[in-house]
Amino acid sequence: MSYVKGLICKECRRSYPKRPLYVCEYCFGPLEVEYDYGRIKRILTKKEIIKRSKNMWRYWELLPIDKYPIVGLYTGFTPLFRAKNLEKALGVRELYIKDDSVNHPTLSFKDRVVAVALSKAKEFGFDTVACASTGNLANSTASQAAEAKFRCFIFIPADLELSKIVGTLIYNPILVAVEGNYDQVNRLCSEIATKYKWAFVNINIRPYYAEGSKTFAYEIVEQLQWHAPKHIVVPCAGGSLITKIWKGLKEFYKLGLIDKLDTKIYAAQAQGCAPIVNAVKENSEIIKPVKPNTIAKSLAIGNPADGVYAVSTVRESGGWAESASDEEIVEAIKLLAQTEGIFTETAGGVTLGVAKKLIKRGFIPKDESIVLCITGQGLKTQEAISSKIGSFIKIKPNISSFEENVIKKIRR
Amino acid sequence: MAIKVRIPQPLQKLTKEKVEVEAKGRNIQELIEDLEKRFPGIKMRLCDEKGKLRRFINIYVNEEDIRFLKMEKTTLKDGDEVSIIPAIAGG
Ligand SMILES: Cc1ncc(COP(=O)(O)O)c(C=O)c1O
Ligand SMILES: [Zn+2]
Repeated sequence: MSYVKGLICKECRRSYPKRPLYVCEYCFGPLEVEYDYGRIKRILTKKEIIKRSKNMWRYWELLPIDKYPIVGLYTGFTPLFRAKNLEKALGVRELYIKDDSVNHPTLSFKDRVVAVALSKAKEFGFDTVACASTGNLANSTASQAAEAKFRCFIFIPADLELSKIVGTLIYNPILVAVEGNYDQVNRLCSEIATKYKWAFVNINIRPYYAEGSKTFAYEIVEQLQWHAPKHIVVPCAGGSLITKIWKGLKEFYKLGLIDKLDTKIYAAQAQGCAPIVNAVKENSEIIKPVKPNTIAKSLAIGNPADGVYAVSTVRESGGWAESASDEEIVEAIKLLAQTEGIFTETAGGVTLGVAKKLIKRGFIPKDESIVLCITGQGLKTQEAISSKIGSFIKIKPNISSFEENVIKKIRR
Repeated sequence: MAIKVRIPQPLQKLTKEKVEVEAKGRNIQELIEDLEKRFPGIKMRLCDEKGKLRRFINIYVNEEDIRFLKMEKTTLKDGDEVSIIPAIAGG
């Protein structure tokens, strides 16, 4: 059973069959999955959705799979909660965190896209999966490939955080560390993908893979009692997540699951890698690639493939874009931890750091509902903050040492 | 002047399934004109109606993105390697 009609070129609208294709033969535009919304509308009602298990597959009619998914069966439906303490700190009235730092199985939103990609790769009959990754995609692909018994090749830039390397190697894939930045890894992989017939989740499986991100938006709406928030701040690397969040909202509107489409979407990037933010601010039609230099390695894509769509998402929705410096990223990671008890990775620091600025400068009004997309886990990027969070107090195992060294010295 | 050009899958029908071809030109613009002579129809696929490179195509000279060099004016010399690659997602 499936509601997918086929693939369609996002640029020239030529149609293609449901196959592992990713680029239009005529104009090189990316291909996108096309659904039969008329039929979906008759089935996918609120009443139907709330009966289903609490994971991303409760919206399966809007995902490009033809068979039962084989991985990621517990992925998604992560917490969305009101952030009361952070509201106070930022001086806003209604703020929510959508928390994919606890997504299953590998603690980032990438579990959503990989669940779709690997299920699709199995349907297509591939025995090998691969990806080019800034870290989170590596963790998720390696994990889910192990479960689904795929042979697995992972390509990363050689300077990745230790936890992201360990969190990949534990699943025993073939891990290739390329001497270069992510954009170089990606370029190499696209040449490898032409030569070796593997399911590259972010290359030839990309049209299917990217659809998984829509569930992030569906859940936000459902968890807000079927209301879309007024503002959503989204971290951007390749620009796929932000584009699909907007697509997800538009689909829910089309299906009558929300009655208004008035959410503004904001793009968040690190100052050391902000090609999307630059294009928004310069009102440019093209994306000028940059050479990334930031602690937010998960977002360090200087040549974002979906950059133009990320920019049009911001424009169409009436949002804006901003970047955060490395220092602001660290401060924001600490602020989220110390107000809400959530330890996010650098990408989450970018989201909050940027949200803070946008609120302060009046781009986001203080009295309307705001959702921050927290997409990854702090334990994976400890290098970024370990020297900036103080250290423990060492004592002897007796009470006088405790009082001498701790009680007398603490000031809170 | 011979320059090695790697052709992406969608264009390999035009190059008779060849992944790597040779072409000439002092810069990218001339290279595209020369490719067009050898493989008629290829220019239309690489460039839009106004003759500008389509926005979802990335061209690399010796592994460097031409947008960091001089775009279509990027100069070429004997032995250079050019890759034509569609934009791809990542993360
Ligand atoms: C934690 C995290 N958040 C956000 C993103 C951005 O996603 P996209 O590349 O779809 O813009 C990434 C991408 O790698 C990521 O790892
Ligand atoms: Zn097209």
